[in-house]
Amino acid sequence: MDTNQYLEIFIDESKEHLQAMSEHLLELEKDPGNTAIVNEIFRSAHTLKGMSATMGYEDLANLTHKLENVLDAIRNQQISVTVAIMDIVFSSVDDLEAMVEDISSGGDGKRDVSAIVEQLLLIEQGEAAAAVEAPEAPKAPPADFPENNFQYDEFEWTVIEQSKEQGFTCWELAVSLRADCVLKAARVFMVFEVLEKCGEVIKSIPSSEQLEEEKFDEIFTVTLITKEPIEDVQEKVKKVSEVEQVHAKEIVAAKGETGEKSAPAPVPAVSAIQPADSKEEGKAIQPVKAEQNEKKAAKPSASNKTIRVNIERLDILMNLFEELVIDRGRLESISTELNHSELNETVERMSRISGDLQNIILNMRMVPVETVFNRFPKLVRQLSRDLNKQINLEIIGAETELDRTVIDEIGDPLVHLIRNAGDHGIEMPEVRLSKGKPAEGTIKLKAYHSGNHVFIEIEDDGAGINKDRVLQKALDKGIVTEEQALGMTDRQIFELIMASGFSTAEVISDLSGRGVGLDVVKTTIESLGGSITIDSQEGAGSIFSIQLPLTLSIISVMLVEVEKEKYAIPLSSIIETAIVKKEDIMNAHNQQVIDFRGKVVPLLFLEDIFSVPHEEEDDRFYSVVLVRKGEKMAGLVVDSFIGQQEVVLKSLGNYLSNVFAISGATILGDGQVALIVDCNALIK
Amino acid sequence: MSEIHASETVKVIAFQLIDKEYALPVHQVYSIEKLMHITRVPGTVPFVKGVINLRGVVTPIIDLRSRFGLSDEQYDDSTRIIIAALDDIEVGLIVDGANDVLDIPLEAIEPQPEVVGSLGDEYITGVAKLDRRLLIMLSLQKIFK
Repeated sequence: MDTNQYLEIFIDESKEHLQAMSEHLLELEKDPGNTAIVNEIFRSAHTLKGMSATMGYEDLANLTHKLENVLDAIRNQQISVTVAIMDIVFSSVDDLEAMVEDISSGGDGKRDVSAIVEQLLLIEQGEAAAAVEAPEAPKAPPADFPENNFQYDEFEWTVIEQSKEQGFTCWELAVSLRADCVLKAARVFMVFEVLEKCGEVIKSIPSSEQLEEEKFDEIFTVTLITKEPIEDVQEKVKKVSEVEQVHAKEIVAAKGETGEKSAPAPVPAVSAIQPADSKEEGKAIQPVKAEQNEKKAAKPSASNKTIRVNIERLDILMNLFEELVIDRGRLESISTELNHSELNETVERMSRISGDLQNIILNMRMVPVETVFNRFPKLVRQLSRDLNKQINLEIIGAETELDRTVIDEIGDPLVHLIRNAGDHGIEMPEVRLSKGKPAEGTIKLKAYHSGNHVFIEIEDDGAGINKDRVLQKALDKGIVTEEQALGMTDRQIFELIMASGFSTAEVISDLSGRGVGLDVVKTTIESLGGSITIDSQEGAGSIFSIQLPLTLSIISVMLVEVEKEKYAIPLSSIIETAIVKKEDIMNAHNQQVIDFRGKVVPLLFLEDIFSVPHEEEDDRFYSVVLVRKGEKMAGLVVDSFIGQQEVVLKSLGNYLSNVFAISGATILGDGQVALIVDCNALIK
Repeated sequence: MSEIHASETVKVIAFQLIDKEYALPVHQVYSIEKLMHITRVPGTVPFVKGVINLRGVVTPIIDLRSRFGLSDEQYDDSTRIIIAALDDIEVGLIVDGANDVLDIPLEAIEPQPEVVGSLGDEYITGVAKLDRRLLIMLSLQKIFK
């Protein structure tokens, strides 16, 4: 079967399921008795298993299957959730992720999973020896079915056993068609349709493809899981014309221990696993009462009604649409000129519709930063386990939207920074306590929009950066000279830790401290057109803040006019607009300032900054746009305000990459280009 | 580009600047546009006239006259913008007029003689002589610098 066309879907869906699993596992760890969560995880694992088996990724399917067994045992209260078990489950999810990653980058998804499979098996057997032996065991089919030669692999056995637990019966139906049957495939189809109404067909011999191609004689056999009495099923199948006979036989589970399995098993206490950390062993958690109303886990509902679209197509769509907007502008001006009422009406309607369309198209490219953030809780968990530190991760502003292209790039730098915060920032619990801090350290991950940028901050309440040590190290390594060091500000010193070849960690740890990490982070962020700054207070913690441009995204701007030129000022940096009398302007050190609500605000004349050619003409009033960057404010003097508008941010192209105080351009309704003012560059 | 393949030709776009004809290989030219509204970009070198909206893409515009240090003149009806691209840089070049598309035999292209007009030789890859016409072959790389 050609599975290539499904590969992309498979990868995307696998990632979604793995993500869901990670999230639920974290929840489970906090609430170990909750069977509903286990069910969720189980469902994801099950779907993943099915998908990977279909796609032919055996290792993936194999590992998922073992994982599923463990989850099943947890669900059935045969295993209690311990930290050691969670560790193994987590690391198997990591392995799965690595495999999916491999597949998506063109690999074959093969990976040596024997070690982890072994561990999973140990959990499974150690904890549930009484009940679980079936999944690996049934190599030989039950003796009373020799004639069909039905071989079930372990997956199928699991399905069969699970369905039995849930009160279904499994039947093997041998259906024979009349010898003179002409349209065998059609009859097979009808039989399957009947069967699928009664229950679920899990296997057929010959396989369904062969059946479709009529590659069989008169008889074919299917395995059906149903709740209906088998006589009814037989009757229904016989109603399909040209079906001659239907033989049914019940499938008995390999060792006939199904009855036992559904009964609540006693909670075993032993763990066959060597816990990685003996301190943690006491943390085994007692399971809560069994919930017997388990639903059939085999078929999760596909609730997401989404399709996947190539981002390039969205780009094309957007560019085409913008051309349309230009023509719309022309059409509008023509219709005002002609003043034809019907034409006006139509044009107005069209404008409104295309406005809606524009919103939809622009929004399609935006992705909440959550898609990157959601893998961090697991990362931090692992980190705190590895480092024996207590770390809590707080995520703020996960709904902040960023353009898809930026989202794709920002993941790795953030991972680096979080690891760095955990490794170098947060101290050991004892140290923290002795400093009067809570034993648990906090890493805050915060995203928000400001100006034309999205800011992502990674804040920890750890040790902070020791300036002197950084400086000394930088001097030792020859990154800065003695003279340079003298004139450096705190911030510049902190930034030294991102210089290549720099590492302050005394011991090089596995996680970070090789001195390559932060260097790479900085380069990556700069290649995205962003910047990174560090603020730190020794003993209190550090903040790494990343500023990213909103490439190709929509922003609200205020359009202003300076002489004959139009400029767009991002609404997010604007505090308010004001009309200021000329007399109210004061001078302070050659800088014109105004008193704005009790604060002294410097005035910047856009005319001068952008050296707009202008005619001498003195106004008695100035139109001022008050903008801010962080705490600082400035007043931009313009000629007039045009109004507020949503625009598409476009870059000026590679040729004009660094223009002072201009962050990009946008195309206005009339087809002209307006430049977007970068308020961050104007305020120092 | 060597003289060995004497029979080969190169397709070029020929355009006018004051009284001279220049040429760019056709594969470097995306399109030729009529003059449209140019938005000035402050703080750039003088020969960058600004940016235009080229079907939804903001494209920088270089005035070739001022790039080459030639005399300024008002744009008129025959003024054209040649959209040229090199690697991932796309730029519009303002010229006095785009004349035609020509096939120039490679053998007709000669290295630049010692003195050709007032144009600094760093922009020029060669000179092609066709009948009575003299075409100056330009290097985009140098113009973009």
